Amino acid sequence: MSTPAAPQPTVTLPRAGGEREVVIRTADLWKIYQMGSEQVAALRGISIEIRRNEYVAIMGPSGSGKSTLMNLIGCLDSPTRGQYWLGGQLVSEMDDDELARIRNQEIGFVFQTFNLLPRATALHNVELPLIYAGVPPQERSARALEALRQVDLGERVNHKPNELSGGQRQRVAIARALVNRPSIILADEPTGNLDSTTSNEIMRLLEVLWERGNTIVLVTHEHDIAEYAHRVIHIRDGKVAGDAQTARGKAREAGAARG
Amino acid sequence: MAAHFKENLQLAYDTVRAHKLRSGLTILGVFVGTVTLMAIGSILTGMNKTIVNEMRGFGTDTIFVYKFSPGIHVGGLTREERMRKPISERDIEAVRQECTACAAISPEIFNGFNNFGTGGDAHYRNHDVTPINFDGATPAYPLVLNQDISEGRYFDEFENEHREKVVVIGDSVATALFPGHEDPIGKTIEINGMDFRVVGVFAKRKMVGGDQQNLTVQVPYDTYRKIYPGAREHFFAVAARPGMLDEAMDQIRAALRRSRRDAWNAPDSFGMATADSIISQFHDITGKVALAIVIIASIGMLIGGVGVMNIMLVSVTERTREIGVRKAIGARRRDIIAQFLSEAVFLTGAGGIIGIFGGWLFSFLIKFALPNLPSSVPMWAVIAGFSISVGVGVFFGIVPAVKAAKLDPVDALRYE
Repeated sequence: MSTPAAPQPTVTLPRAGGEREVVIRTADLWKIYQMGSEQVAALRGISIEIRRNEYVAIMGPSGSGKSTLMNLIGCLDSPTRGQYWLGGQLVSEMDDDELARIRNQEIGFVFQTFNLLPRATALHNVELPLIYAGVPPQERSARALEALRQVDLGERVNHKPNELSGGQRQRVAIARALVNRPSIILADEPTGNLDSTTSNEIMRLLEVLWERGNTIVLVTHEHDIAEYAHRVIHIRDGKVAGDAQTARGKAREAGAARG
Repeated sequence: MAAHFKENLQLAYDTVRAHKLRSGLTILGVFVGTVTLMAIGSILTGMNKTIVNEMRGFGTDTIFVYKFSPGIHVGGLTREERMRKPISERDIEAVRQECTACAAISPEIFNGFNNFGTGGDAHYRNHDVTPINFDGATPAYPLVLNQDISEGRYFDEFENEHREKVVVIGDSVATALFPGHEDPIGKTIEINGMDFRVVGVFAKRKMVGGDQQNLTVQVPYDTYRKIYPGAREHFFAVAARPGMLDEAMDQIRAALRRSRRDAWNAPDSFGMATADSIISQFHDITGKVALAIVIIASIGMLIGGVGVMNIMLVSVTERTREIGVRKAIGARRRDIIAQFLSEAVFLTGAGGIIGIFGGWLFSFLIKFALPNLPSSVPMWAVIAGFSISVGVGVFFGIVPAVKAAKLDPVDALRYE
């Protein structure tokens, strides 16, 4: 991202109170699954807004609908009812191919299990989204290299996943999420498979990325991890059960007000 | 799709390398199918080439006439054919009188039973050749049938008229009776118990269907008549005047129908052929055989294709997670289809290409084993082999590829 450290009110859209533009907006989002003859509602009317360069955690116990919400936000799935705008585009009405394009251009996924292609090198894994974006080969590897440098893996580009540590693998995954300059980085339990030291490293890396202007949505059930974000949306029984700033968020706002 | 072509090819290659044994077994059917196609194709080509050389060797303006159709026979004779009377001396005389487009006529007489090949044996000292192809012919023979004499000479009109006991022998007969460097010319050999003086040896003819022509033992026409007064069967060859092949055939037909009293509405009671008609007859047959081979090989490959489909379905299941990841980072359905289709086509295409080399090697070995058969892999077999292989990959790859493309990304990512 070219945007330097946030907050930077001068480049945001002229909205009330000088707030930054909305990247994610959902309106009364429902997801109903058919389980045999029964209908199970995983989401019951979720309406949230996330603005550019926010750092938001979505929390909730298992079965709360948090994963379903993440799948919808990540455009991996479509809602049964309701609307979802991503970067001003109404993605809840899109077909498969359009969703694939949105996933490719607007969303960078970071998974708990890294989900790297085992036989491909770090560089190739990072190049993958660019391949589907139709970026020509030379630009592709240049951009992938750049993304790997951003996560401090510039030295290990030709290693395969099984030659890298867990933390390094997750960095490769983060580089892959970054490489197409998406609107949001969607991290689903990014530290779930890592020890605490490595977890802290990864969370610090996400913070750096946020500082560089990225919008980060973190899905987790761990309080310590959610505390890295500036705002936490709690989901329970398919509904928003709480939406509040974290201590960091408050501190940042206070700092910004002073600055 | 084209933008990912190299990428997909690389992927397919990596996958095949990662599962060498499995891939090898998978493409076996396609490989064997292609080798079969190439091998049979090359044999057919060899036979075609030989028959062309062989028949053209007799001269392209030459017409062969016999009571049955000269050339290639498939199946037995019909009742009408078995009842046909032999071509008589009178018939030949009629042609000689009426055919103005005929330059020369070479009749042959032999003890016919029901076909060519009169049997008998040739004997010299302690060497024997049997069965030989024993008949009587006139001095027109070498000219009309474009037959060279490698040693000595052919007999002349004087020897014919005087019914002299002279003989010209085929190359194989000469080799068998006179091994080493013995000169056959002037030697007396025994044929069916009678003595004849060898005056010449026929130059060797390359034949695909046996050595008949090189086993010829020929004496003057009138000599043959004298020793076998009961001999009735005739065969004759006509050299048409240059550029008048069709006219010659029409005139011969008209003369023979009249001479043999064929009813106006009955078919010819005799057969005619030219080098080219026999060649095209042969090409018809080899063409049909080739078609049959393509079909049989295709069936083999289809069975191989089922194996490909099976392994691709396994591959899709194994890589469900990978498909989920690819979809999550932006692969469209068509990207996934292209990826798996490329893999299937890569597999079968590789089988096809290896098969083409295998077939080529096979053809090379045939050339060594059977030098008389100038086998070579024909272009049509290469093209058919490769296209069928690729076609099998597309056909049997599409179902697994579509299955992969239809996977729900959420389910695929959750797949363990």
